[in-house]
Amino acid sequence: MADVFSAVISIAFHGVAFAMVLYLISVGLSVTMGLMGFVNLAHGVFAAAGGYVMTTLFNDYGVPFPLAVAIAAIVVGAGSVALERTLYRRFYGGDELDQVLMTIALVFISIAGAKYIWGSEQAPMHPPPYLAGQVELIGRDFPTYRAFIIVAGAVLVTLLWLGLDRTRLGAKIRAAVDNRRMAQSVGIDTSSLFSFTFALGTGLAALGGALGAELLPVFPGYALDNLILFLIVVAVGGLGTIRGPFFAALLLGVADTAFKYLVPEFGSFFIYALTLVILLVRPKGLFGQIGRA
Amino acid sequence: MSDTPLAAVVAPPPHDRPLPEAVRLLARRHRPRSYEAIPWLVAIAGYFAFPDYLQLGAQVFIAILFALATDLILGYGGVITLGQAAFFGSGAYVCGIVSAHGWTEPLTLVVIGAAAAALVGLVSGFVVLRTSGLTQLMLTLIVAVMLGEAANKATSVTGGANGLQGMVISPILGIFDFDLYGQTAYIYCLVLLFLGWLAVRIIVYSPFGRTLTGIRESEARMHAIGSPVFRRRLTAYVISAALCGVAGALLAETTSLVALDALSFERSGAVVIMLIIGGLGRLYGAFLGVPIYMILQDRFAQADPTYWYFWIGIFLLAIVLFARGGILGLIERAARLVRK
Repeated sequence: MADVFSAVISIAFHGVAFAMVLYLISVGLSVTMGLMGFVNLAHGVFAAAGGYVMTTLFNDYGVPFPLAVAIAAIVVGAGSVALERTLYRRFYGGDELDQVLMTIALVFISIAGAKYIWGSEQAPMHPPPYLAGQVELIGRDFPTYRAFIIVAGAVLVTLLWLGLDRTRLGAKIRAAVDNRRMAQSVGIDTSSLFSFTFALGTGLAALGGALGAELLPVFPGYALDNLILFLIVVAVGGLGTIRGPFFAALLLGVADTAFKYLVPEFGSFFIYALTLVILLVRPKGLFGQIGRA
Repeated sequence: MSDTPLAAVVAPPPHDRPLPEAVRLLARRHRPRSYEAIPWLVAIAGYFAFPDYLQLGAQVFIAILFALATDLILGYGGVITLGQAAFFGSGAYVCGIVSAHGWTEPLTLVVIGAAAAALVGLVSGFVVLRTSGLTQLMLTLIVAVMLGEAANKATSVTGGANGLQGMVISPILGIFDFDLYGQTAYIYCLVLLFLGWLAVRIIVYSPFGRTLTGIRESEARMHAIGSPVFRRRLTAYVISAALCGVAGALLAETTSLVALDALSFERSGAVVIMLIIGGLGRLYGAFLGVPIYMILQDRFAQADPTYWYFWIGIFLLAIVLFARGGILGLIERAARLVRK
């Protein structure tokens, strides 16, 4: 009995840590897809970029860990605006297939670029000493770094939700996601709002990629290999929702950890099957509203 | 009008009066044109010109058939799919497994592979086609990765990561054995590609094909005029799946090996990319896009395998930004300019 209990605790702990990383990365994808109606298969590129920038600063230049993470998020978020203005913007409201191709092309280019700059090895990720080792909680030992991810994730999610709920900017974003034309007609500058939201989304993805480098190793094929995972979180959560992907990430993070722990021989099969069933019953995702794209 | 005899209405107009332009266009639309012979002439010439590359040629034909089948559902049907490998892989694996268990006649194996893929198409299409947009894209993707994951884990049946071994293929019609130089494979794949192309050509010019295009252009309007949208799409999905299965079975037969990459996301993605390069929904996009992609891949991978991704990415970006409609789209635009 104690074994079962300990397994449940362990699965929940690692599952939630994984879910935090998944959510940080995917929330931006959900918002950009919902806000701009844009099928962005290149979102993982920004998470990978965050991971690379952070590990480079932290390992090679000795930048303190929190600062390295913050710089990674800011650099990637700001850099993504350039991409948004030059490339993404041309495809808003256009053919979905063009969007798919454009973003796949970006993924390909990023794979080659990452190989060129950082080599084909996985970026080494060793938590700083004060986050390494184990921490004792309710009489059990847990990896400190994972516990840190859960706490940091929870803080970030709270900040994000509060920001979107309580600030004027958040209200504008919500208005634009709900009804872009109406938002435009009451005088919201949706064009610059798009750029800002895009930067916010990619910045969060970079944050997730940097913090989660230990769970989702950063390597050149990152964006392609994890693409399905991020898309699943968004599709299950419901396009354009902000809270939806959180619960989807929790569900999938814990389920994935549980299945891999209990029936490792089936790998990711169950996660895909679970997603298939959820999308079958609720094609718009768990929190998507029927009748909205 | 009411007293006009029916025969007068139906009878063709007298020869001295030309048919209206629209009628002539419609009547001409499906007739074979001279340029349609080009790919086949090139393929036949290739047999004599490049005797050392016949194996590669057979692989190109298989990829073209796969892309052609994908064009039916993506270009004509308007279903954005990133999971066509599900059907290709099903065809390849079922063909391979049956042949490893003792049934070695190649033509029936192709039929078996096609049937298996069609079944996968029917079951998954039933689910996939009820949705739209991102959900649909996701579902096509998930079906393929699920099958890939299943094939990876079911090692006793599929050989898992080591690939399926022990395939035996009898000579075609009991006469033509698969040889080392790929002469048989080349002709065999070419003939099946031709038959597949003929099928797709008949389908897209048929009333059924027009319905498909109609659904792609406006689902709501097709609903409004009473077209059974879901059934039409499902039919096209199953036909496309069956043809993908033929391509998969051909790959299994000509290489005597089925590996996990038959079901991979890369394969689903690459076939869409090849089609886009050639030109989507144009029947001949596959014939241009596939060889260009495969030749480029071969060249770049030889020169610098690491950066193949970079160049294909740049190439794709250029196509999406400057050449929508792919190479055939460019040719069409050029032809229109010349005519003006």
